[in-house]
Amino acid sequence: MSAPASLVVTDLRTRFGSDRVGATVVDGVTFTLLPGRTTALVGESGCGKSATALSLMRLIDKPGRIIGGSVTLNGRDLLGLSESEMEQVRGAAIGMIFQDPLTSLNPALTIGQQIVETLQAHRPMSRADADRTAIDLLTRVGVTDAARRIGDYPHHFSGGMRQRVLIAAAISCSPSVIIADEPTTALDVTVQAKILRLLHDLQGAMGASLLLITHDLGVVASMADEVLVMYAGRIVERADVDTLFHDPRHPYTKALLACVAGIEDDRSVPLEPIGGSAPDLWNPPVGCRFAPRCPVVQDVCRSQDQPLRRISAEHEAACILVEEDRMHG
Amino acid sequence: MSTLDTSTSIDAARADRGSSRARFWRMKSFARDRGAVVSATLLAAVVLAVVLAPTLAGVGPDDADNLARYAPMGTAGHLLGTDQQGRDMLARLLFGGRVSLLIGVVPTVIAGMIGLGLGLMAGYWRGLVDQIIMRCLDVVFAFPMVLLAIAIAGSMRPGVLTEVIAITVVLIPYFARLARTATEGIVPMPFIEAARAAGGTRLTIMLRYVLPNVFSPVVVYATTLMGLMIVVGSGLSFIGLGVQPPTADWGAMVAEGRVVLRRAPHVTILPGCAILLVSLAFNFLGDGIRDALDPRTIRR
Amino acid sequence: MAETSIATTPPPDTLLEVVGLSKSFGGRRGRTSGIRAVADVDLTLRRGETLGLVGESGCGKSTLSRLILSLLEPDAGQVRIAGIDFTHAPERHRRELRRRIQVVFQDALSSLNPRMTIGANIAEPMRLQGLGSAALRRTEARRLLGLVGLRPEHEDRYPHEFSGGQCQRIAIARALMLQPEIIVFDEAVSALDVSIRAQILRLILDLQRQFGLSYIFISHDLGVIKRICDRIAVMYLGQIVEIGPAETVCRAPRHPYTAALLRAIPIADPRRMRVSDLGQIEGDAVGAVKPDACPFAPRCPKQFDPCDKRRPALIDVAPGHQAACHLNEPEAC
Repeated sequence: MSAPASLVVTDLRTRFGSDRVGATVVDGVTFTLLPGRTTALVGESGCGKSATALSLMRLIDKPGRIIGGSVTLNGRDLLGLSESEMEQVRGAAIGMIFQDPLTSLNPALTIGQQIVETLQAHRPMSRADADRTAIDLLTRVGVTDAARRIGDYPHHFSGGMRQRVLIAAAISCSPSVIIADEPTTALDVTVQAKILRLLHDLQGAMGASLLLITHDLGVVASMADEVLVMYAGRIVERADVDTLFHDPRHPYTKALLACVAGIEDDRSVPLEPIGGSAPDLWNPPVGCRFAPRCPVVQDVCRSQDQPLRRISAEHEAACILVEEDRMHG
Repeated sequence: MSTLDTSTSIDAARADRGSSRARFWRMKSFARDRGAVVSATLLAAVVLAVVLAPTLAGVGPDDADNLARYAPMGTAGHLLGTDQQGRDMLARLLFGGRVSLLIGVVPTVIAGMIGLGLGLMAGYWRGLVDQIIMRCLDVVFAFPMVLLAIAIAGSMRPGVLTEVIAITVVLIPYFARLARTATEGIVPMPFIEAARAAGGTRLTIMLRYVLPNVFSPVVVYATTLMGLMIVVGSGLSFIGLGVQPPTADWGAMVAEGRVVLRRAPHVTILPGCAILLVSLAFNFLGDGIRDALDPRTIRR
Repeated sequence: MAETSIATTPPPDTLLEVVGLSKSFGGRRGRTSGIRAVADVDLTLRRGETLGLVGESGCGKSTLSRLILSLLEPDAGQVRIAGIDFTHAPERHRRELRRRIQVVFQDALSSLNPRMTIGANIAEPMRLQGLGSAALRRTEARRLLGLVGLRPEHEDRYPHEFSGGQCQRIAIARALMLQPEIIVFDEAVSALDVSIRAQILRLILDLQRQFGLSYIFISHDLGVIKRICDRIAVMYLGQIVEIGPAETVCRAPRHPYTAALLRAIPIADPRRMRVSDLGQIEGDAVGAVKPDACPFAPRCPKQFDPCDKRRPALIDVAPGHQAACHLNEPEAC
């Protein structure tokens, strides 16, 4: 199935600070989202995964700015749009779900008003129609007794229910791309299980692309079709979910999986932390950014950037060892 | 050997609160804040000038030179001119500054300390203590600031002391409110709980953990109020409840000068500028002190 | 099936005992209304063991940790450290007992005093206890900085200059300052990234081996709990619903809530679990608990006749393994 891509991101670069002193938090990120597929963008805090999401939506605030690359949504270049055109894209063609469902909702408005507002901002419709649509949407995301609950304020809802409300707002205009930034991080596991199922089912029914941003490899394994591993502003590995978990090629991916296995599995698996900490992007190391922490680092890694190298059509890793494996095998 | 021992123990004693090196960074942070340094210098100069007023002025503030009324600035013998009664402006500014600084600083500092103590107790102990303190203060709070000051001052003999007391009483609730809110924000912090778990007594925690964190917003607030209180004090003098004419203070000078504003604008403008400059300087100083007290704003 | 008697003497290596601990919030004095955050909890901690306390938000695990640390006064029950009543000890004596039990919180940065250098922060517990000279405290703080993997010469820096993982190391060093026997970790690794979390867990385990410490490890993350604990207690709405050896509880849970919790955790292996395999249970853990019913009954997939009528007691299902579910009662089979 080679449906046309819904979102194409090419060499996206976002920088905070000035040209001389600053941090390029998104540094040459390239990926493609396909309709009906879930792509997970995984990495630890500060790796630039949320900055990537905000850059796609052009929601990067000063002193940050997008300094290069392109973002194409269904053939339309988003970086060239005016701010008012972009406002029409946000919430309509791209729906977004954030981590904290309490602060993402306006505490002074009822949840019905918030969904109706999104609807009316993008489509001319009467208040009565919008109300009816809002009730339909809330029912669809599993809010019971929606007709009564649209008059409630966000603080009347539990965390899981608030996240459902946000999902309803995000899908209200049938977007072709849904970006979910740590959608379940603030939730309990039993609630997380339900929200993940809901997101999966909705996406399947709508045929939308889902970009799932998370630090939780368990969530990645259960949700993703394709996985992008991000480290220090760059994508270091791209693979389909099965390959990523069973044949990872980048040392960072391997180390991350070993950490998780050490933490989550039984005691027979040793706890193997990655030494050191992520680099300071205001003062990044020369060459491969994982080199200072890499257990299999080579001299060349400390002097030259390592680009993504192709392993198969579905698999790329930004590591010199990919070349060596190819020569030996 | 023994000298070495003493020096390490002195060092270690400092380490309990943040070592000499850490203190050095705080000083340096203050020194790097240009606004604060300029303000501190200016205020020091003003204080020095009013202390040395008799020497610097040469004449008394109430000595009227009838031959030189309305003298403009730069007149020989009257560097800053004279007012409508021929009194030397420089002398009046210097002597008036004594009163104005006193009215600006002393009540604010006293009220700040009392309010800090009350707010700290109310916010830390909560319950009945909180209820009693805050309800009493609410009674004071309910009146407009200036009106209450007038009422208090009116019930006593006019004079500097009366002014100081009136303004102090009026300011206490403002400081207490601020200190209470700040205390409430600090008390639930995990580092307070950690100190309790380590065996810190309530008093130690209040004085050693809560107080330093509540102190800096109070200092900043105090410095903002100092300028304002110079004006309020002048208001009290103007309606006859504060210092009595012919004793000068800057606010009273502005008030007296307004009748001859067209003929001799400097009579009004000079004390006005003095109030403005001193108020601004206090504000900058407050910000500088806050930053110097807060290690999070230190740049190495 | 008589009620299990509480008067049984604990095994000799018992270090900490929690007996009938209860705490309600929001009710008026003298009335039992309000939310029962912790309801009649019994626990024991043996010397050198790690006890995990797991549950979702609002289950009362943080309240329980504060009760154990005597930071909150319980409505009923007591905590005993090596047989001594910690809860009702006179203030002076309680202060001395605090040396034996210390705590590490979730938010490492805000658990350190921002106005003190990290050296002073670490030395603070000894100072609060009035122990040692200033010189001795400083030497000890420097030694502990090294022990937790930081550089002693950084003692003059302030907490905000360190990363989250480093702050957690500092907080651990501070907890070690009084040479305690027990450390309570209250969600101590929950806010950390995976790679840092592994580092801190390794440090925690190393310290335990080195000093023979006993741990109470509180977390919402059953994965972490499973990895480092000897025994696990599962809490639901203020009660312990299951307690037993970590391996047994995770492999063969005897309470439907434990089972549901285990099934809801996504496993980092797409061959073992996809989203459709994630366990789904109804509802949220909110609302008032009926006094005469199982608190989990409204959400329980296995709910049957007695669940609504009687509250199940925590009974032995295997040696050292207890669960509070009617399904485990002999007559239910």
